[in-house]
Amino acid sequence: MKLNQLTLKESIDALDKKEVKIEEIYQAVDQACEAENSKLNIYLSTNKEALNQAKAASDKPLRGLPIAVKDNFCTVGLPTTASSKVLEGFMPTYESTVTKRLQVNGGIIYGKTNMDAWAHGSSTETSDFGRTLNPRNPEHLPGGSSGGSAAAIAADMSIAAIGSETAGSIRQPAAWCGVVGLKPSYGRVSRFGVVSMASSTDSPGPLTKTVEDACILLNSFAGPDEKDGTCNQEKAPDFTSFLGQSIKGMKIGVIYQDVREIGETNEKLLKELEILKELGAEVEIAQAMDPHHAIGVYTVVQRAEVSSNLARYDGIRYGNDRSHFGDESKRRIMLGTYTLTKGYADKYYNLAQKVRTLYLENYKELFSKYDVLVAPTSPSYAKKIGASFESAMFGELEDMLVEASSVSGLPGINVPFYHDQKTNLYLGANFIAPMWQEEKIIKIADAFEKNTKWNSWRNK
Amino acid sequence: MSVNNTQVKHIAKLANIPISEEESQTLAKAFSETLEVVDNLKKADVSQVKTTHQVTGFKNVLREDIAKEKNSFSQKEALANAKVTYKGYFVVPYVLQNKDN
Repeated sequence: MKLNQLTLKESIDALDKKEVKIEEIYQAVDQACEAENSKLNIYLSTNKEALNQAKAASDKPLRGLPIAVKDNFCTVGLPTTASSKVLEGFMPTYESTVTKRLQVNGGIIYGKTNMDAWAHGSSTETSDFGRTLNPRNPEHLPGGSSGGSAAAIAADMSIAAIGSETAGSIRQPAAWCGVVGLKPSYGRVSRFGVVSMASSTDSPGPLTKTVEDACILLNSFAGPDEKDGTCNQEKAPDFTSFLGQSIKGMKIGVIYQDVREIGETNEKLLKELEILKELGAEVEIAQAMDPHHAIGVYTVVQRAEVSSNLARYDGIRYGNDRSHFGDESKRRIMLGTYTLTKGYADKYYNLAQKVRTLYLENYKELFSKYDVLVAPTSPSYAKKIGASFESAMFGELEDMLVEASSVSGLPGINVPFYHDQKTNLYLGANFIAPMWQEEKIIKIADAFEKNTKWNSWRNK
Repeated sequence: MSVNNTQVKHIAKLANIPISEEESQTLAKAFSETLEVVDNLKKADVSQVKTTHQVTGFKNVLREDIAKEKNSFSQKEALANAKVTYKGYFVVPYVLQNKDN
């Protein structure tokens, strides 16, 4: 086995037992990048000092291991573009809280990964610097917007990765690339220094090879931050303490079984969930509010917040002028401006925020009966390259099944639940829990992963 | 709900996004397609429902009004990414013009 194929946990253990040297791990990751990056277009830039920094971090929790970071985290000394030509050449003069804490804990930024420009999309095809291809099958898209980070894991071009999600941007690319993606509760992780998209739902989180890795990485950067007023001021728990726990007696509601577009995916999921019953959990079909309305809620809320957030890019203090926005960003900024103008704000913006309340109430009711809810993360397998240009609503339709939980701030985790041998593509399940209760999804996802054959690192 | 390209040009001006005539046509089509999906929201009964603008429930998160030097840019850092500077200032486009010009 090549050393770049080690999980985060395996790497830490192997280094501690002195079975491998950190240089050897970097060499293996470097080789994978040299062989594949020009084709897959995963990293936009790499950190030339990574190995030197790693050697100085050997006694820290993450042992100097190479971590891929989405290019919307401000990183001092490393270009930060959010995959937009507006920010081409921008060198941040401050560090995001997430990457600062990552480094304090001995995680090394190996490189900055490609994404949909400004995180506007679900394909990584709207990047101003070219699309990323899915390492599992390069005729297909990796999903997005954290597509570069998900692909870096699937291609073993880093040991672990960081992304951010507004509605699906961690979990959907994780599903399409067959990796684990954890979106924490909104407010669990600081947004300071992350290029703002929709401020009321933006949530940074890990993309990793296993659930265990996701917990180790999340431990390094979750928790209160005085620089982000929306951050939960309570100390974050030790997420690894929820691993390997019994799920006996836990109640799991399977939602969206009545959504007809995803019949085949639903059938497969239902079959795979049987294992949770064997492990002592109660699994039953539950009725949730129609996810189709969430498309409208998310579209309106996201466009409106984008319109405000991207108003700051004037090309005066940093970056290039507004003529450099790509088509997708222009569409989103302008639609947001439209829905916020006088006369339309009530018709669209306030209406969307009311339907958002309906979803919150629906979840409250569902979580009075169930500990965790589950549905497919994405309607089907990764789409073919070019698919995102077929509809102005591509991303919203692909993210339909996670949007309601995102606008409600809930934590969720994607784990692979099926692998198609013919195409080498994966399907992912999305487990969600009430706000601040990440422990529930971690327990279930960890048990599911360890007791099924779908995780490609656990079943090498 | 459909949007025409005259409306699109007006929105582009409000959003300060330069667009071509051709783009205004394609954007009008994209807007109409998106708003068609969004119009589904009108089917929901929200007569008794309040709006949700944030989900954490935290209220009035405040801090002491003290400037922290370590959290602030020096003048040099603030100007580091500006394309045009003049004697330590940002250079901005004219906003007010002499009417004779």
